[in-house]
Amino acid sequence: MSNEPLLTVKNLEVTFNTPKGEVNAVRGVSFNLGRERLGIVGESGSGKSQTGRAILGLTAANGRITADQLTFHDVDLANLTPKQWRKVRGARISMIMQDPKYSLNPVMTIGDQIIEAYREHHKVNAKEARHRAIDMLEAVKIRDPERVFNSYPHEVSGGMGQRVMIAMMLIPDPELIIADEPTSALDVTVQLQVMAILDDLVRDRGMALIFISHDLQLVSSFCDRVLVMYQGHVVEELAASALHEAKHPYTKGLLNCLPKMDGDHGDLPILEREASWAEG
Amino acid sequence: MSAVTRKNRDGRTRARLISGKAGSFLRIAFSLAITFFGLLLVTFLIGRVLPIDPVLAAVGDHASQSTYDRVREEMGLNLPLWQQFFIYVSNVLQGNFGQSVLTSNAVLDDIKRVFPATLELATIATIIGVVLGIPAGVFAAINKGKWPDHVVRVIGLAGYSMPIFWLGLMGLLVFYMKLDWVAGPGRLDAFYIDFIEPTTGLMLIDTLIEGDMDLFWNAVSHIILPASILAYFSLAYIARMTRSFMLEQLSQEYILTARVKGISEHRIIWRHALGNVMVPLVTVIALSYANLLEGSVLTEIIFAWPGLGLYITNSLLNADMNAVLGGTVVVGAVFIGVNMLSDVLYRLLDPRARR
Repeated sequence: MSNEPLLTVKNLEVTFNTPKGEVNAVRGVSFNLGRERLGIVGESGSGKSQTGRAILGLTAANGRITADQLTFHDVDLANLTPKQWRKVRGARISMIMQDPKYSLNPVMTIGDQIIEAYREHHKVNAKEARHRAIDMLEAVKIRDPERVFNSYPHEVSGGMGQRVMIAMMLIPDPELIIADEPTSALDVTVQLQVMAILDDLVRDRGMALIFISHDLQLVSSFCDRVLVMYQGHVVEELAASALHEAKHPYTKGLLNCLPKMDGDHGDLPILEREASWAEG
Repeated sequence: MSAVTRKNRDGRTRARLISGKAGSFLRIAFSLAITFFGLLLVTFLIGRVLPIDPVLAAVGDHASQSTYDRVREEMGLNLPLWQQFFIYVSNVLQGNFGQSVLTSNAVLDDIKRVFPATLELATIATIIGVVLGIPAGVFAAINKGKWPDHVVRVIGLAGYSMPIFWLGLMGLLVFYMKLDWVAGPGRLDAFYIDFIEPTTGLMLIDTLIEGDMDLFWNAVSHIILPASILAYFSLAYIARMTRSFMLEQLSQEYILTARVKGISEHRIIWRHALGNVMVPLVTVIALSYANLLEGSVLTEIIFAWPGLGLYITNSLLNADMNAVLGGTVVVGAVFIGVNMLSDVLYRLLDPRARR
């Protein structure tokens, strides 16, 4: 962990205009991120994914982002032109999407999609780019990179597709990776495998990671620090190793919902919500 | 996985691929044959059901009963229906559609003469429709709800709502009579007609074969107005469909992925989204092309264009059943052909459809 923050988020708000009125998806989220791995957990609709998208300026067209501060190094992410955004996205901040079945272009070969990500930010010829792409596919532990390079997304499995996604997003060598539920669409058996590959690469390359998930256990085992979000607020911030010290009743409730290997095997407690949690 | 098992697996997939290709070719050929047989059956039955007496059409109302009976026997109309159908099919397979009563030519020769005119017109119209319609649709989609979207919609709606005979006459009035930008009706100026030997029957190509640029530009100036007017209709349709396919694709996850990669909006739209839009769009274009290949009677009448639509309509009005049935079979065969072509293109464009 370095002391100089990579990313500073202060009082981030994301508001959507919908036919039913305004919806505040993210309400006053603040955090600093160094070269570390930060987990954001929360249930559906807690604003965790919208926080990730806002950092990349990819909020949907009917959404509005406001923040007291939203800076990456010295770049003010709140006021970038589309052209300036293109220099940040992919090259400096990238995002791993949830489901490779939908997040890869079905009519382009995997190789073309990876090369495209690389050549957008590095001026190299086609042959060199192909080399890089194959190396990257090897780095995400794909055994037959040549074949996968020439395949289309529907020809590979979900776990393989997600490795392709990781390769594609890591190949331009960004400083920050946002992983938005990167394993939720996968079989339980390959979730840990894929997570371990991502974790290795992020460590090796000294990247910062924001890992967004609803899975508190998974997040705590791969991150240094965890933000717990509820209805657009950060309700608690914890060191990943200190989950048992959680003070907020929501976090405690989430932890209590998990079955334990030892101890009594009675009914699991149900999370009792309180209106005051949403006040932040 | 060891190298050995991997090799085995690859070997197996390759074997399946080959049999798959041969298999799919056979399947296509089989379904083509079935479809064509059905087409022949339907046209044959329609020809027999229609309350038009082909014998009477040939001999006239003043012929004696004995002449009538003799001609009826010559035409094979006294045979049982299945036998007639058998004769009909074997004739068609030999390219024999019988003789046209109206032109007293073999129907096939007539069609060989008129079809190229329609083919040329439909092809140019479809090219114009695609070249203008797809960008218009994309433009409307990326400006959804803003003025370019409305402009494209109004132009499209106008194209759909105006009767083609009115549009054709107005076109002639403005661009031929008043402005004199284009040539009038017909495929060539009357003065040039005898200069050209029909090799393919396509004026634009025949004149190029002759190497006579004057003739070529004359043919262009004749075809451009009717083709544009036909194109207006397919353009309106293609633009509308492109817009909705595009909006659907732009909301997909892979578009967000492309944005995350920092790719230019231009490339996202024209490479990523349009690549996916083309898959369903190819069917839309093929169907609108097939529709134009039927020949558009009104356009052909207004522009004195000697095409298939005009030929079939004239034959129908004169109870020339051989010509009508022959024309119908040709139109049906063209439909089958264009559909097959669009299937092939679909497979080329969408890797998921390749098996």
